[in-house]
Amino acid sequence: MTLSTSAAAAAIRSTAQVARRQRISGLSAWVFGGATSLGVIVLIFLAIDTVLSGGSRLSWDFLTSYPSRFAERAGLRSSILGTAWVLGLTVVMVIPVAIATAVWIEEFAPRGRLLNVVKLNLANLAGVPSIIYGVLGLVIFVRLLGLGPSILAGALTLFLMILPMTVVAAQESISQVPSSLRDGSLALGATRWQTVWHHVLPGAAPGIATGVILAISRAAGETAALIMIGAFAFIAFDNTSPLDDFTTVPIQIYNWTIRPQEAFRQNAAASIIVLMVAVMTFNLTAAVIRERFRGD
Amino acid sequence: MAARGFAGDAGAPIARRLRKQRFGRPVESLIVASLWLCAGISLITTALIIGVLARETVTFFRDVSFAEFFLDTNWQPLFNPISFGIWELVAGTVNVVFWSLVLALPIGLASAIYLSEYAHPRTRKILKPLLEALAGVPTVVYAYFALTFITQDVLQPLLGNNISFFNSLGASIVMAVMILPTIASISEDAMASVPEELREGAYGLGATRLEVATRVVVPAALSGIIASILLAISRAVGETMIVAVAAGSTPNLTLSPLESIQTMTGYMLQVALGDAARGSVEYNSLFAVGAMLALMTFFFNVVGQLLVRRFREVYA
Repeated sequence: MTLSTSAAAAAIRSTAQVARRQRISGLSAWVFGGATSLGVIVLIFLAIDTVLSGGSRLSWDFLTSYPSRFAERAGLRSSILGTAWVLGLTVVMVIPVAIATAVWIEEFAPRGRLLNVVKLNLANLAGVPSIIYGVLGLVIFVRLLGLGPSILAGALTLFLMILPMTVVAAQESISQVPSSLRDGSLALGATRWQTVWHHVLPGAAPGIATGVILAISRAAGETAALIMIGAFAFIAFDNTSPLDDFTTVPIQIYNWTIRPQEAFRQNAAASIIVLMVAVMTFNLTAAVIRERFRGD
Repeated sequence: MAARGFAGDAGAPIARRLRKQRFGRPVESLIVASLWLCAGISLITTALIIGVLARETVTFFRDVSFAEFFLDTNWQPLFNPISFGIWELVAGTVNVVFWSLVLALPIGLASAIYLSEYAHPRTRKILKPLLEALAGVPTVVYAYFALTFITQDVLQPLLGNNISFFNSLGASIVMAVMILPTIASISEDAMASVPEELREGAYGLGATRLEVATRVVVPAALSGIIASILLAISRAVGETMIVAVAAGSTPNLTLSPLESIQTMTGYMLQVALGDAARGSVEYNSLFAVGAMLALMTFFFNVVGQLLVRRFREVYA
């Protein structure tokens, strides 16, 4: 009798305990889910805030006017052109060098200490803060090579900055090309380079393109490295040569953000819309390419 | 002898052609050589970074003593008495990194646990890229929000005069958003690579979902989680625009989030924007601070990478 009641009590107690543990666990789903959506909510919130404060400034005039002392007349013309110049030169440099480096690492490098050093070095370079690349660009490109705070100096700096992440992306997609393709090509008498050029690179192209686009997206938003090399000038002309001084959209955003007048802040918000549309287009393109070629 | 001679006679052209194919293709070896040259660019970059920072830092220490740099607690490069005690700038960096971690760590880990252990695969497929999109936002955009939205519209009405206009809290909050995807994404990768058997064993013993997550998966993925935190710290230490815009330019030996401070990166940007003459002590201090910054991020990166490699070796 006493035994059975205490057993029943224990059973009730443990059932209650299990129920409580289950309840806590069920609750935790909401807590963790809420924390996850917090980041996404912030993202949406920032987008809305920017559009509200900068949307009204956005117009064709804003995109095609030079900067000005008067907030209402200032525009993004020279910074959009400067961004296009710098990114264009950066892309031209980074694509061949990144692919060549990745091909060498994956296809030609003799396995050994040198290869390990190169790989380790790339991993470390990817973690170097952008402002340090700016210091490097300032001393080597601006001062030593005498390029001044020019488009070319900026592009070289950004090129070195995004090279590691582009190489790593290219490496990954090259290593995912099935080795049966290589074996088949080599067995038919192709040389190693012919194999790489005709079979490996076409197979790896979508992955490489994704990596390059994401890297360019990062370069498009870079500010600190470019300010470091001295690209913080008032530019009221159209860039025509890689040796011109320049400004970019992120630099212009910084310039307008640190001014106390509300009207300039609105310009900053409008420029952020422009920059974010560009960056999101890059990222979306990369995502689409990745999704489309995933199954192959 | 005769046989060899015969084979040699008939095989000579083939042998010659084969030899040509292996060694006689100047174009092919030229291509491989140029590939190797391109691969060398990244090695040269590292050498240049070390060389530039080391050279200019040595110049700096000709004017400023080691003892002053590491023992003085006052960073005052512009006004008399001029002094270069690095700790105020290091404190500024630690201040922002600390408060951003306080915010990003719980949220980031909760996100990682949710994505890895709770979310339906379809939800996860939508949420993870959205979270990672936060890492793609240019930092100057974050800087704008830190100053205009967080500080002006939220913190100042909330805290009034207790908080200065430029303050570390505004920068830290936005920095937390910036490093959130680093923590969430890498931790989630680590948790996803924990073998399913471990979870099934725990469920079999009657553990709830929360218990499986916190007592089985998190401990098993711990080295990956720590790696994600170290990489996030490294990113936060090197971040420039947010702190330069929102945290102020007052070197300050404090961990209070309400005060105006200056970080190492913030100081470097200030020198770049200022008109310090080339060769002056102020100009050279840029490189000494840069060297300190590079060493700090290098340390966090290397330890983080070692840990990432370790957890990959265990489960992959």
